Amino acid sequence: MATALKLKELYKKEDRLTPGHRLCAGCAAPIIVRQILTAIDEPVVLANATGCLEVSTTIYPYTAWDVPWIHTAFETAASTISGVETMYRSLVKQGKIEDRGIKFVAFGGDGGTYDIGIQALSGMMERGHKALYVCYNNEAYMNTGIQRSGATPLGAWTTTSPVGRVIPGKPRPRKDLTAIAAAHDIPYAAQAAPHKWRDLMKKVRKAVAANGASFMNVLSSCNRGWRHETDQTIEVTRLAVETCYWPLYEVEDGEWKLTYRPKEKLPIEEFLKPQGRFRHLFSEENKHIIGQLQTGVDRKWRKLLERCGEEE
Amino acid sequence: MSRFEAMDGNAATAEAMRQINPDVVPAYPITPQTSTVQTFSQFVADGEVDTEFIRVESEHSAMAACIGASAAGGRVMTATSANGLALMWEMVYIAASNRTPIVMTVVNRALSGPINIHCDHSDSMGARDAGWIQLFGENPQEGYDNCIQAVRIAEHEDVLLPVMSMYDGFITSHGLERVQIEDDGAIKDFVGPFTAHEALLDVDHPVTYGPLDFYDFYMEHKRQQVEGMKHARRVILEVAADFEKRFGRHYGFFDGYRLDDAELALVVLSSTAGTARSVVDDLRSQGLKVGLLKPRVFRPFPAEELADALRDKAVVGVMDRSDSFGALGGPLFMELSAAFKIHDVPAKTVDYVFGLGGRDTTPDQIESVFRDLAGIAETGKIQQPVTYLGVRE
Ligand SMILES: Cc1ncc(C[n+]2csc(CCOP(=O)(O)OP(=O)(O)O)c2C)c(N)n1
Ligand SMILES: [Mg+2]
Repeated sequence: MATALKLKELYKKEDRLTPGHRLCAGCAAPIIVRQILTAIDEPVVLANATGCLEVSTTIYPYTAWDVPWIHTAFETAASTISGVETMYRSLVKQGKIEDRGIKFVAFGGDGGTYDIGIQALSGMMERGHKALYVCYNNEAYMNTGIQRSGATPLGAWTTTSPVGRVIPGKPRPRKDLTAIAAAHDIPYAAQAAPHKWRDLMKKVRKAVAANGASFMNVLSSCNRGWRHETDQTIEVTRLAVETCYWPLYEVEDGEWKLTYRPKEKLPIEEFLKPQGRFRHLFSEENKHIIGQLQTGVDRKWRKLLERCGEEE
Repeated sequence: MSRFEAMDGNAATAEAMRQINPDVVPAYPITPQTSTVQTFSQFVADGEVDTEFIRVESEHSAMAACIGASAAGGRVMTATSANGLALMWEMVYIAASNRTPIVMTVVNRALSGPINIHCDHSDSMGARDAGWIQLFGENPQEGYDNCIQAVRIAEHEDVLLPVMSMYDGFITSHGLERVQIEDDGAIKDFVGPFTAHEALLDVDHPVTYGPLDFYDFYMEHKRQQVEGMKHARRVILEVAADFEKRFGRHYGFFDGYRLDDAELALVVLSSTAGTARSVVDDLRSQGLKVGLLKPRVFRPFPAEELADALRDKAVVGVMDRSDSFGALGGPLFMELSAAFKIHDVPAKTVDYVFGLGGRDTTPDQIESVFRDLAGIAETGKIQQPVTYLGVRE
C-alpha cells in the first residue's frame, strides 16, 4: 500500500534529501525535491544536471543525498539517467540483480532542460526510458548568476536581459516545454507547483508508475533571481497558478486534463507585483509589456481549456 | 578452437563485442565506425547478446549514457570516430574522472574542418589528455585483440579507467584481412564477469557520483587518476601476458621490427607500420641498418621503455598522422622527444607529419624518410625538424 498523501503519514518518512545542503534560504527547489522523493515509496536512483540544486547539495566531501545520485554535466541529466535505467533493465533481465522496483528520476533546472539539455531530454522521451524527468523551473540560469533561459518570461529582468535604456528586459516570451514534452507522446507529462503539494505528489506517483518516460515541469521560485522576500516562496507560486500564468494540468496518454482551476482568474499584475524582476514593467513606458504578458497568458489559457475539454 | 575468418576491422570489433557481451552499449553512427554499430545492432536484434543497446540521439548523449550505465554497475562499451569523439569531448573527461571503466573503439578519422571521412589520428590525439588509456592497433586482428584486452585493463581494480582502442579508418576498418577469432567461451573466460564498484543500483548503499569538488580536494582526485594510469602500465603488461598464454599472440607497449641492431629507426603508429615493415626489408637487403618501432600504448606513455628501445640509435624518425598546430611537431614526436630528454637518449629526432585526411602514404615516401635519416646520421645536421610528407607546398 502506498503511503497516504496525508501529512500525518508522510512526515514519518525519512528525508532522502537531508538537511545541511547549501541552497539559499527560501529556495523552492529543495521543497519540491522533498515533495517528489516523499511521494515515491519505492527505492530511487537520481541523476542531476549541473545547476543550483547540484552544486548546493554535494560540495565534496559532503553530500545531502541519502539515495544513489549522479551528476555528470549540465545538459546530460536525461542521457545519464537513460544509461542508468538501461543498465538496471539489462541486469534485471539477465538475472544479475534482483528487481527492486527502482524508480529513476532526473532533476534539471530550466537552463539544463529548456535550453542546453533539450536534445538529450527529447532523446530520452523518444526512446521511452522508464524514468521521470523533473524540470525545477526557476525561469533563469540562477547558479551562474541569473541569466536568461528559454523559460524566462517576456519582459523579465535578468543579468543577460537587463533593463537598459533601449531594451526593457527579455524581448521574447518563454517556450512551452511541457507541451513540447507532451508532443513526444510520452505516457505522462504534467505541470505542477509546490504550494499545491498534494496535486504535485499525485502527479509524481502517476509519472513514476507510467510505462515509459514521463516529464514534470515544476515552477520553482528563486528569491535571488525573482527579487521577492524569502518568505514569499510559496505565495508567489500560488499567484502564478491563480493568474493562470502557470496552469496545473497533466497529459496522460494524450488526454489533457486541468488538475486545478482558479475560482477567479487573477490579473497577471498580481503575480508580477511582488517580484523585483518585473518592477520596470510598471513604469509608464513599459506598461504595454504587461498587456502583452496578459494577452499571452489569456491565449495560452484558452488554448489549454480547449485541449482539456473545459468550458471557458 | 579458434577459427580464421576474413574480416574487416569493424566486423572483427563487432565480433569481439559480441563475445564480450557487454550489459549496455549506447552508440551513435559515424563513418568509418558505422558498420561496427550496425553489425552489433544485428547481434542485439537476433538475441545473440544480452546487451541492451541505447540508440542515442548524439555522441554527447552516448558518452553520458555510458557513464550513467557504467556507474550503475555493469559493463559498457561504445564506438565512435572523429566528430563523434569531438562532440563527446566534455563527457570523455568526465568518464575518466568518474573512474568508469568504459571501453570505446575509436576508428581514427580526420577531424573537421574541412569535413573529411578518411583516416588520420587527430581525433584520438586530441583526446590524449582526457585521462583515457589509449591503445593503437595496426590491423583487424589487433583491433579485435586490443578490444578484448581493453576490458580487462579498464576494469582492473587498480586502474578503473576508460580505454580507447584505435585503428585506422577505412584502411583497417574496411580492409578485409585474415583474423583469428577465438572461441566464445575462451573470450568469456578471459574477460571474466564484471565486478561493480560503488554501483548506483546498490540502493542499500547509496553513493554520490560527480559532486562539486573545489580547490580543497580536486587536486587529490586528479592525482588519483594519475595513480590509476601508473598502475595501468603494469596491468597492460599483465593482461597482455595472460592473453599471450591463452591465445599465443604477443602484445606489449610497442612492437619492434628489425630494431635491435638498427642505426636508423622509424616510429609510426597503426596501419602505416605495415607499409614501413616492407620498406625496412627492402632497405635491409640494400645493406642499410634500418628498423621500425610501432607503439601500441600511447596513454600511459611508455617513455622509459621507448627510450631504452631507441637509446643506441643514431637517428630516430617519427611519423605523426596528426599535427599540433603551433607546437614543435606532432604529438608522438613531442612525447618521444621529451622521453629522450628525460631519459638521456642522445639519438637525433625528426618528425614527419603524414597522411592527414587519408592522404595515401607510399613505400617511396617512407623510403625517402629513411634516406633523410641516413643523411642526418652522416652529416650530424638536422635541416628541418618537421617535414610534411607528400604535400603540395
Ligand atoms: C556546457 C556548460 N555550459 C555552461 C555551464 C555553466 N552553467 C552551470 S549551471 C548553469 C545554469 C544553470 O541554470 P538552470 O539549469 O536553470 O539551473 P539553476 O541553477 O537555475 O537551478 C550554467 C550556465 C556549464 N556548467 N556547462
Ligand atoms: Mg534555472
